[in-house]
Amino acid sequence: MSKVVNYLKSLTLKELRRGMGLTLKYFFKRKFTVRYPEEKTPKSPRFRGLHALRRYPNGEERCIACKLCEAVCPAAAITIDSDVREDGSRRTTKYEIDLFKCIYCGFCEESCPVDSIVETDIHEYHFESKGKNIITKEQLLAIGDMYEEKIAETKQQDAKYR
Amino acid sequence: MNPELFQQLLFYVFATITVGSAMAVVSVKNTVYAALFLVLCFFNTAILWMLIEAEFLAITLVLVYVGAVMVLFLFVVMMLDIKKPKAAILKQSYTKAALLIVLAMLVELMMLFGYKMQDQLPQSELIRMPEGYSNVEEIGLELFTHYVYPFEIAAVILLVAIIAAICLTLRKRLENKTIDASKQININPAERMRVVSMKAEKGGGSKS
Amino acid sequence: MILEQIWMIVWTLLKIVAIMLPLILCVAYATYFERKVIAFMHTRMGPNRVGLFGFRLRGLMQPFADVIKLLTKEIIFPSNANKFLFLIAPVITLATAFAAWAVVPFEDGLVLANINAGLVYILAMTSLGVYGVIIAGWASNSKYALLGALRSAAQIVSYEIAMGFALVGVLVAAGSLNLTEIVHGQQGGIQNWYFIPLFPLFVIYFIAGVAETNRAPFDVAEGESEIVAGFHVEYSGSAFAVFFLAEYANMIIISALAAIMFLGGWYSPIGGDSILATPSVFWFFVKTCVFMYLYFWFRASFPRYRYDQIMRLGWKVFIPITIVWIMVVAIMKVYHLGPWF
Repeated sequence: MSKVVNYLKSLTLKELRRGMGLTLKYFFKRKFTVRYPEEKTPKSPRFRGLHALRRYPNGEERCIACKLCEAVCPAAAITIDSDVREDGSRRTTKYEIDLFKCIYCGFCEESCPVDSIVETDIHEYHFESKGKNIITKEQLLAIGDMYEEKIAETKQQDAKYR
Repeated sequence: MNPELFQQLLFYVFATITVGSAMAVVSVKNTVYAALFLVLCFFNTAILWMLIEAEFLAITLVLVYVGAVMVLFLFVVMMLDIKKPKAAILKQSYTKAALLIVLAMLVELMMLFGYKMQDQLPQSELIRMPEGYSNVEEIGLELFTHYVYPFEIAAVILLVAIIAAICLTLRKRLENKTIDASKQININPAERMRVVSMKAEKGGGSKS
Repeated sequence: MILEQIWMIVWTLLKIVAIMLPLILCVAYATYFERKVIAFMHTRMGPNRVGLFGFRLRGLMQPFADVIKLLTKEIIFPSNANKFLFLIAPVITLATAFAAWAVVPFEDGLVLANINAGLVYILAMTSLGVYGVIIAGWASNSKYALLGALRSAAQIVSYEIAMGFALVGVLVAAGSLNLTEIVHGQQGGIQNWYFIPLFPLFVIYFIAGVAETNRAPFDVAEGESEIVAGFHVEYSGSAFAVFFLAEYANMIIISALAAIMFLGGWYSPIGGDSILATPSVFWFFVKTCVFMYLYFWFRASFPRYRYDQIMRLGWKVFIPITIVWIMVVAIMKVYHLGPWF
């Protein structure tokens, strides 16, 4: 008996009709697509995007060339050279990040004892020629200067979970 | 240029292609090319039939021979290893038989022309039917009245041939592990699968 | 006399162009329609970017962007490929797909060639399309292409039989092979259409049509996830565009034929005297669109059939059902059942 019922079911395409009913239902559902450049999804304060080097409020750069970030970087994307500045403090002469190597893991940020290297939430950037993927200290500082307010705010938001 | 002349022109164009492709079938080295030339030959034959207003037969020729039979031919030919032509072997063994067939066909053609000479067939012009004449119906009527026995016998012979071919090739090998689709479809999931409801696991381990 | 002849040829060519150009446009928008329908069923938006002169127009210009992209790309020849056959294959596919349109009646009398064996002609033309596939697969000198071509050819040849049998039912019901006559046989309201007495054949015809055009869920010939793209892996640029065009033209013709043979062609489903009730090319177009929608609906709903299941469905399910139903139709025809016979 059940064999006959099964036979009739397959002959009347029962399961196929059910499947098509489901897709038809979704045809009329509201669409969730975010129209990207005009609409954007909110980003977490922990978002790890383009790197930046921060400064103290008095304008002094934070980085003390301890090279912890260079050591911890799993992709070996960071290159640091350091020297003694005129005032006797140890500073970097070269701080470069190869963004093609970088895997945006955020270890550099976590290892930094002075909160100097951070990852901002900028993720829409591109390079137009070969070699531009290695960003220099000046560029990193400039990014830091430009987005200092934003960076400070997100760090504040995330501070209590650290 | 009157319509008849135009038609004759078309006839000669397509007849030339037919004969040319037929000759190419036996003369080209590559077997796939040979099969494709045979397709071209059939197609042009269909066009020639179309010119004598046998459109149903022409289209059936395309449908059956070009659309189905030659596809299977091409299938087999493509599977062959065409890189080793056995031209030398072919040349010596089949020439005599081929010549014999050619001779037989020549005699048949001569007989046909002789028949035409006796005014049995219309000589100089084709039979033209009025517009709207359907030779599909005519063929159907002929097949199922005058020729009903030959037609049915031929059908039965074909059916027997199909069944024989299937019986000859159908064998179940023991080590064959082919899946039976109809068995798979008739599976009832309830017999094979049991949905177990379990208590949700609470985060017992290291709670951070 | 000569002028008349030449004029006749020119006039026929003009008529062919008048069918071809809208058809190509329809193909372009069929791709857009398909992407939108499938996207909507996935709760996505679908293409909505490409517009004209800075206006978005909901992505209506997307097909043109695609066409321009494809036409400006290079045609790459695989090494050791047979160049002549490689190039002729898409042309064969396209030619047969377009040639079938010669006998399709859009409205009463609006047909390029009103021949008596129209139905057989269409079957012949669709079966010829398999040559393009086989030649493309063989000439590409690639194993994926050859595999795809073999699968596709076997599939087309076997589903042609089921399809042919389904059409025999229509032919018995209408008593004619002429497509215009078939539509005339369905005159007089929705209850006279052939899909009611021939319902199993109608379903089988359309499913076989989906299989014949190698569309999902019968797209093993293309099988993106198994054999990359089947017979046209090696094709790029405009040669690929021609294959694409042919595939969609075939889909449209299957849909149009379903509308003609089972849904009364240009006749209106609405009774009465209103403007919608008059038979017109509009209704033909609407019915064709319904079937196109079904194509895309299938694609969004079903996973791909396994190859042996496809063969089983064609040979062991469809052909027996069609044979049985042809008998039933013959009996109905003999006893003049209902309003149809």
